[in-house]
Amino acid sequence: MLAYIIRRILQALLVMAVMSGLVFVGLYVVGDPVAMMASAEATDLERDAIRASFGLDKPLWQQYAIFMSHALRLDFGKSFLTGQSAMGLILERMPATLELACVSLLLAIVVGVPLGIWAGLKPQALSTRGIMTGSILGFSLPNFWVGLMLIMVFAVYLGWLPAGGRGATRMIGPLDLSVLTLDGWSRLLLPACTIALAKAALIIRITRAATREALPMDYIKFARAKGLAWSRILRVHLLKNIMIPIVTVCGLELGQVVAFAVVTETIFAWPGMGKLLLDSIITLDRPVVVAYLILIVFFLVMLNLAVDILYTVLDPRVRLQGAKA
Amino acid sequence: MSDTVVIAALDDIAALPAPETPWQRLRREFVANKFAVFGLVLLLLAICAAVFAPWISPQNPYDIGSLDILDSKLPPGSRSGAGTMTYWLGTDGQARDLLSAIFYGLRTSLMVGGISVAAALAIGSIVGLAAAYFGGWIDALLMRIADIQLSFPAILVALILLAILGKGVDKVIIALIVVQWAYFARAARGAALVERGKEYVEAAQCMALGWPRVLLRHMLPNCMPPLIVIATIDLAHAIALESTLSFLGVGVPVTEPSLGMLIANGFEFMLSGTYWISFFPGIALALAIVGINLVGDHLRDILNPHNAR
Repeated sequence: MLAYIIRRILQALLVMAVMSGLVFVGLYVVGDPVAMMASAEATDLERDAIRASFGLDKPLWQQYAIFMSHALRLDFGKSFLTGQSAMGLILERMPATLELACVSLLLAIVVGVPLGIWAGLKPQALSTRGIMTGSILGFSLPNFWVGLMLIMVFAVYLGWLPAGGRGATRMIGPLDLSVLTLDGWSRLLLPACTIALAKAALIIRITRAATREALPMDYIKFARAKGLAWSRILRVHLLKNIMIPIVTVCGLELGQVVAFAVVTETIFAWPGMGKLLLDSIITLDRPVVVAYLILIVFFLVMLNLAVDILYTVLDPRVRLQGAKA
Repeated sequence: MSDTVVIAALDDIAALPAPETPWQRLRREFVANKFAVFGLVLLLLAICAAVFAPWISPQNPYDIGSLDILDSKLPPGSRSGAGTMTYWLGTDGQARDLLSAIFYGLRTSLMVGGISVAAALAIGSIVGLAAAYFGGWIDALLMRIADIQLSFPAILVALILLAILGKGVDKVIIALIVVQWAYFARAARGAALVERGKEYVEAAQCMALGWPRVLLRHMLPNCMPPLIVIATIDLAHAIALESTLSFLGVGVPVTEPSLGMLIANGFEFMLSGTYWISFFPGIALALAIVGINLVGDHLRDILNPHNAR
């Protein structure tokens, strides 16, 4: 197990190094960040001073070497725009994004799993057809358009919910959460529903497929032959066995949701790290972009690892590759 | 004399019911599903609207001269100020007829999606086939690259690439190809590994045919079914991703608005209740994507070897 985890982390470090190099070179070629930082009337002398203060006067390979040596000490440079620590800026916004992602995914699971099981149990029913057609719509409708339409209906026409922003927050330890206040929920609901719609569609399909695979199995037949109540068969025998594909998908989708938050956060003016990334890309704020990507790689790898480890808990038959080594 | 015998024999053969070709089976099973046929109709309508946009649009939305700024943000069904035409779906902030803009937008969206998926299919299948055929370090290298690529969410890769490349239809296509080739490479490798062990490949190799010929003429056609299914479903992804990127302002330029761009343009007016600028392009986009997904979903069921009869 330990060898497996170490190998995965080493792989992640390699990916981070390669990717930060590519992005470094890529954004270097695009444009001169000094043009963004200096005011229009700045003299050449002032521009050079700015350039030197961020180390931008050195050749690119040297800049990269300096960046890497600092990165090893977890210092990812300062934002060109604000002068604050790039990683600090992102971490400051991370709770908002994670909160949105977790709430949406939970919502999707709560709606998706029961509907999926229902669709798997009654494949021919009219309600199942409705559910499956709905799920095709769910992941076909462009997500950002769904967000716009929700704003239009619930914020503009009905006026029930605010159109954007994040509500009042309350600190819980180091985390600044808005799920604890009513105002927070009223602003969280629309963006969360936007994301949850697409994810619920996916979870319905996965759950249905898993249910249909599990139903003809001997252990279900045996449980029925024993005369167990359906509710117990569903809860104990079926649900436990269809957990693995659902957990996999939810784990991997959490990463997708966090990455895709760029879109939802832009629509709902949600002050998360996705919005920060988009702004930084537009202003060529290289340290923030690189720091964001490094964080995301780390996050995705950890998520994969967590899902893999969860497998061994859910299904004792699973042995991780290289666990013996 | 012998001629008549041959002809009589031919008549006998013609009288027998012809064995069903794979294409006929595909067509019969496809038509059996009403949803899939509905999807195909939607898709064909979208393609027709896109291809014939210059002829069926009431107005050329790119021709600034024909736009009357007084007609901007008119609700659906209004007459134009000059009384020459009716804006069935209303007009946007620049007084463009939305119906025409949607036809032209479909053109950009479908073109970007189609070209990028075709190119990604071509590149990905060749990479995947080559990886399976040669094995060893080539396989390991190519698949490791594909894995790293797949471990990144598509939207992030496309976003960063477009930040570096800049705006433009060609650049969006490049970004979409980069995002998608790895899916095809993985699928093609999987299919090719199965085919590689079969006798016809050995036979082709025994005839000392060159590897490009064995790969492209012998193995590729047999690996196509799963790739076609992925390509169909991927087309929906590509169109959705392009519209998302355009919505975020890093996709196609303002001069060639795709559907995503039209929706983004409507966003700023929406809070004042001007719903139609975002609503109708979104419906068009959704119908096209639903159509593609319905077709792809059913194709997958038909072509899935587990379901083969």
